[in-house]
Amino acid sequence: MDTPLNIEGAVCPVPLTHNEQIVMGHGSGGKMSHDLIRKTFLAAFDNSILRTGDDAAPIAVNGTRLAISTDSHVVTPLFFPGGDIGKLAVCGTVNDVAMLGARPLYLTAGFILEEGLPIETLQRVVESMSAAAKEAGIQIVAGDTKVVEKGKVDGLYINTTGIGEILPNVNIGGAQAKPGDVVILSGSIGDHGIAVLGARGELGFTSAIQSDVAPLNHLIEAMLEADKNIHVLRDPTRGGLATTINEIAAQSKVAIHLNEQSIPVKPAVNAACEMLGFDPLYVANEGKLIAIVPPESADKILTAMRSTKYGEDAVVIGEVKEDVRGRVLMKTAIGTTRVVDMLAGEMLPRIC
Amino acid sequence: MKYLTEYRDAKLVRGVVDKIARIATRPWTIMEICGGQTHSIVRYGLDQILPPSIELVHGPGCPVCVTPLELIDKALAIAARPDVIFCSYGDMLRVPGSGRDLFSVKASGGQVRVVYSPLDAVEIAKQNPDKQVVFFAIGFETTAPANVMSVIAARSLGLKNYSVLVSHVRVPPAMHAILGSPSNRVQGFLLAGHVCAVMGYHEYPSLAEKYRVPMSVTGFEPLDLAQGILYTVRMLEQGRVAVENAYARTVTFDGNVPAQNAIHEVFEDCDRTWRGIGTIPMSGWRLRPEFAAFDAEKRFDVGDIQTKESPLCIAGQILIGMKKPHDCAAFGNECTPEHPLGATMVSSEGACAAYYKYKK
Repeated sequence: MDTPLNIEGAVCPVPLTHNEQIVMGHGSGGKMSHDLIRKTFLAAFDNSILRTGDDAAPIAVNGTRLAISTDSHVVTPLFFPGGDIGKLAVCGTVNDVAMLGARPLYLTAGFILEEGLPIETLQRVVESMSAAAKEAGIQIVAGDTKVVEKGKVDGLYINTTGIGEILPNVNIGGAQAKPGDVVILSGSIGDHGIAVLGARGELGFTSAIQSDVAPLNHLIEAMLEADKNIHVLRDPTRGGLATTINEIAAQSKVAIHLNEQSIPVKPAVNAACEMLGFDPLYVANEGKLIAIVPPESADKILTAMRSTKYGEDAVVIGEVKEDVRGRVLMKTAIGTTRVVDMLAGEMLPRIC
Repeated sequence: MKYLTEYRDAKLVRGVVDKIARIATRPWTIMEICGGQTHSIVRYGLDQILPPSIELVHGPGCPVCVTPLELIDKALAIAARPDVIFCSYGDMLRVPGSGRDLFSVKASGGQVRVVYSPLDAVEIAKQNPDKQVVFFAIGFETTAPANVMSVIAARSLGLKNYSVLVSHVRVPPAMHAILGSPSNRVQGFLLAGHVCAVMGYHEYPSLAEKYRVPMSVTGFEPLDLAQGILYTVRMLEQGRVAVENAYARTVTFDGNVPAQNAIHEVFEDCDRTWRGIGTIPMSGWRLRPEFAAFDAEKRFDVGDIQTKESPLCIAGQILIGMKKPHDCAAFGNECTPEHPLGATMVSSEGACAAYYKYKK
């Protein structure tokens, strides 16, 4: 019992890089996803548009500026409080297109269906897509259907691609944040991720939390109508607010300072996170956006946001500075400052 | 949130920290035992507002970090079997064995499931009678009651397809080892509140007395931690050796006796290797012989496994408070949470991961 420890000889595990095969962490939206994109996809497809690294790609056709984006949806379960895979598939792509300050116009939808899927389930999903498209004011104009053997997919997967017209005099992108800018968040974080976990029965208790999945294009139109001077728009989906803010800080080469106390988290989401050991900053959202705007435009934009359905709880959560470029710092509840990093790999079960 | 935000109140925390600053006349080195406390300290930046004379060093209380490599390799071997559903607490999936982790096993077709409670693993065993269901029963005294309850439940259900791979560790023998080390510099301890919620704190006065080191039972919120530090510094300044309870809303002297009885019904003391530290005598728990039927090591032939560790990482010294993450050349360079060299970087409770995340 009294043998002294040999502390000088202490050693530790060998590294694991997961360079050989895909693991779940590659789909987390965090650092592993970024590394995969950089080393594999960007290396193969490299071009100046892809390199912008935003939610949608800005392209120009005969002088018309367009935004185009694609997203695949593989959520389990297919139906969850507040939404379903169909609504998610429409809103996800509508939002990605809208984040460039574009008016989304058309979507395509590709379905991969599992043998044995009840037609009634598919019917419910497409009705939900139709309702979401109607709310967003877009049309689904092309599609594709594939059926695979039972067990090859989990019910159904949907890929959507969207296109929209970038509004005149708008120049929005992840690299546009400038020191002095104000960081606005459109509402509470973590609702979608916790709602999906709850629907999977993984919380171990019932919760009334609804996913926030929603089309945000009308909110963005209202913001741009109030003031076109918006630098960055982005929706913090997989990887959560922390990961998205880190992406912006890196793209714009600025420091972003957040104030923990001002970031809205619903009590039920907070309670679920506390119990499971999650940090709401890393939990997925599907109906929230971050706007980075010059200080002189902040009040006008905030007022416009608060007059809309999906922006009524909009708040200022931080500011852009130049002290530690590429980093995100946060003032904690007790008034100290800490680093907020990106999600590393898989922290939560896959959510969308 | 009720009874949570109160313990994160900046004004209250500052008030306690001011008291610490008023009474601290000398430098003191205090170890928080538990990785959850390390995480909380750096997450809230509590170390930034403490007087500079108070140094917090991080203890070995991260169950993921200290689970021996050999056990991880056994887990990987069992999880890779086609007849097995391997259930684990989520954090263990990223801990590297000698070359692979549970994520890799899963990606290669192994059935690896994350559960929040070992009783979920028992449920999986019930629903999959044609599969062997194995739960990776790791942790300190905190997870022991739930882990033993799964064995008790499996026995009463008559389940023949449930077993546990046990690597349990206990706090007091580790403190013994740290305090008995010739290079020890820890002068006071923050005891792990949740370990004490189960075990009480009657095991500690003799330890405090033997090594003349005061201790405070301490919780996990910023105010709890500040309170624990205040109690410890006060005893140090007064030259007093005792075990005080700064987490009385959760912890009693005797602890949770039914939970302790369940633990002792299923587990017995044993020597245990701590990853990065070495073997600490009688520092672990294993299944009693009468529960051998539930022992995954006996059920599956997992044999002798060669283990090799990276020479870069100083996790061992960090785990016993000799060094801090910043002292390691690999920290933040070769070693990051997505490519961990050491277990302390893997778990969210690990000291290196906490440093990387909050104060890189």
